[in-house]
Amino acid sequence: MIAVKGRRIPPNEVAFRSLGYILLFIFGMLCVIPFYLIIVSSFASEQALISHGFQLFPSEWSLDAYGFVFTNPARIGRAYFNTVFVTIVGTTFSLMMSTLTGYVLSRPQFKWRNFFSFFFFFTTLFNGGLTPWYILLTRGLHLKNTYFALILPLMFSVWNMIIAKNYMKGIPFEISESAKIDGAGELRIYARLYMPIAKPLLATLGLFAALAYWNDWYHSMLFNTDENLQSLQYFLQDMLSTIQALKDLVAQGNAELVKGISLPTTGMKMAMTVVVTGPIIFLYPLVQRYFVKGLTIGAVKG
Amino acid sequence: MIGNNRMLRKQSFARDFKNNRVYLLLLIPAIVYVIIFNYIPMGGAVIAFKNYNYSAGIFGSAWVGLKNFRFLLISNKLWTLTRNTLAYNFAFIVIGMFLEVMFAVIINEMRSRWFKKTFQSFMFLPFFVSWVVAVSVIQTLLDYDNGLVTRIVESFGGNMTNIYTTAAPWPFLLVFFRMWKGVGYGTIIYLSAVTSIDQEMYEAADIDGANSWQKVFKVTIPNLVPTMIIMFLLAVGQIFRGDFGMFFQLVGNNGVLLETADILDLYVYRALSSGTNLGMSAAAGLYQSVLCFATIMTVNYIVKKIQPDYTLF
Repeated sequence: MIAVKGRRIPPNEVAFRSLGYILLFIFGMLCVIPFYLIIVSSFASEQALISHGFQLFPSEWSLDAYGFVFTNPARIGRAYFNTVFVTIVGTTFSLMMSTLTGYVLSRPQFKWRNFFSFFFFFTTLFNGGLTPWYILLTRGLHLKNTYFALILPLMFSVWNMIIAKNYMKGIPFEISESAKIDGAGELRIYARLYMPIAKPLLATLGLFAALAYWNDWYHSMLFNTDENLQSLQYFLQDMLSTIQALKDLVAQGNAELVKGISLPTTGMKMAMTVVVTGPIIFLYPLVQRYFVKGLTIGAVKG
Repeated sequence: MIGNNRMLRKQSFARDFKNNRVYLLLLIPAIVYVIIFNYIPMGGAVIAFKNYNYSAGIFGSAWVGLKNFRFLLISNKLWTLTRNTLAYNFAFIVIGMFLEVMFAVIINEMRSRWFKKTFQSFMFLPFFVSWVVAVSVIQTLLDYDNGLVTRIVESFGGNMTNIYTTAAPWPFLLVFFRMWKGVGYGTIIYLSAVTSIDQEMYEAADIDGANSWQKVFKVTIPNLVPTMIIMFLLAVGQIFRGDFGMFFQLVGNNGVLLETADILDLYVYRALSSGTNLGMSAAAGLYQSVLCFATIMTVNYIVKKIQPDYTLF
């Protein structure tokens, strides 16, 4: 819409626009303030946190919380390594599988494309539930306490595959036809022609996959009892629930049971949260410009 | 004659196979994956009808018919769990769609580019973190000892309840947290649908003298209906499956909160992790899956009857 210069905006339009600004402002602030609080509180002194709670501007600054986080660098370092490793390997495979499968199912010459589309889609309509899946992975495939338990369950997402398929349907068919006349095979067309064009798609699906892996605590909780094979998020969850359990003991009047155990401080919790969220937040500006273009949610038909 | 036909069919299948063999080859990884991780567990759901024990395995365990389901029914929890799961999801779908469409429209109408960009990024931020992190982020506001909101309420002489010891506010809190985390992402989906609306429609509305309100309700929102229906169908297909991550991290095993915030997924997980009755946990899981399947088939069928273009499949 082009605003006509010099035209007076009628009052109901003013109301309309102001309401929009106000609502977006409130919701946006609700989303960002807690993150801001986490970051500044992680740099606040414990004394300031105890007497004033979380403040927009802490009355006293300190780096102690980060000192505490890294007093035991072995375990957190290991968890960091696990998450980075699993995220990189998993995202790579996940991107390959969803785009390659999406590419094949987007080819109009592929005779059984509808059959296979449904073969994949059906798994989103019906599944066997958590229990048989858990038994298969632990008893059938013996994935307990392996990296596979963290990588395989998130490696193929039918939704991502459908997004890939719809995106590639939108790429002019003549491109692949002319390449075929020049003698290029399907794999070559996919890798050399489609993937470079499909950057918005790769950015979007790559972000989804990376977030799923980076933020995964669930599979560590289910499968990996070995501390050396647990993810960063699970490490945080484990720490937070330990703190909660100790707090509950104190609240129930069992303070003498926890005597001598130094409770991790509030500031340390905040610092841990910052460290655990870490680099994944920085992905956002990198992929933002591709995001809206890459997300073409369409029907599954055809 | 019949033999001839069969031979022809065989020949044409062989020819099709040859023509499509590259495609089939490229599909193999994904086919193998879904067979192992999706189709085999579907078969494994038979343990819902068995008295599963570890040493005998799935095949060796004895059949017990509907006993596991009967236990679920007489434990009296099934109705509450089903109602909670359904009610929470229904609230998430309806309120979520309302907010997402509203914010997509607001952002689209906004003239100030930097305001739009900045606040859209803010809204999207919670989507990036796990529920583990989200919980400690949210605590900065609501923590009983130190939370910013708690302290503000107290400074005005008010009294905040400790949300971890009272069940009553949780239906609202859960809806709020879910919106907090998900609306930013949903808004982007509607926004990408808004940007593909034909600009000529707005020009025509301008010529007819429509104001902004009228353009929103007569042009923008009607054009978003297909996306809304698809998003609705996608959500309805999972309506008996709760957001396990959120409920587990926020509610977990807190007995007090479970009064108002227990859902089927938490129950299945508890039954599985206690390890005592896997048959019953599988029965509850299968019950969820069957209900979801029946719901999506019915809703998709109804949509097909009314407006075939809008169906999911």
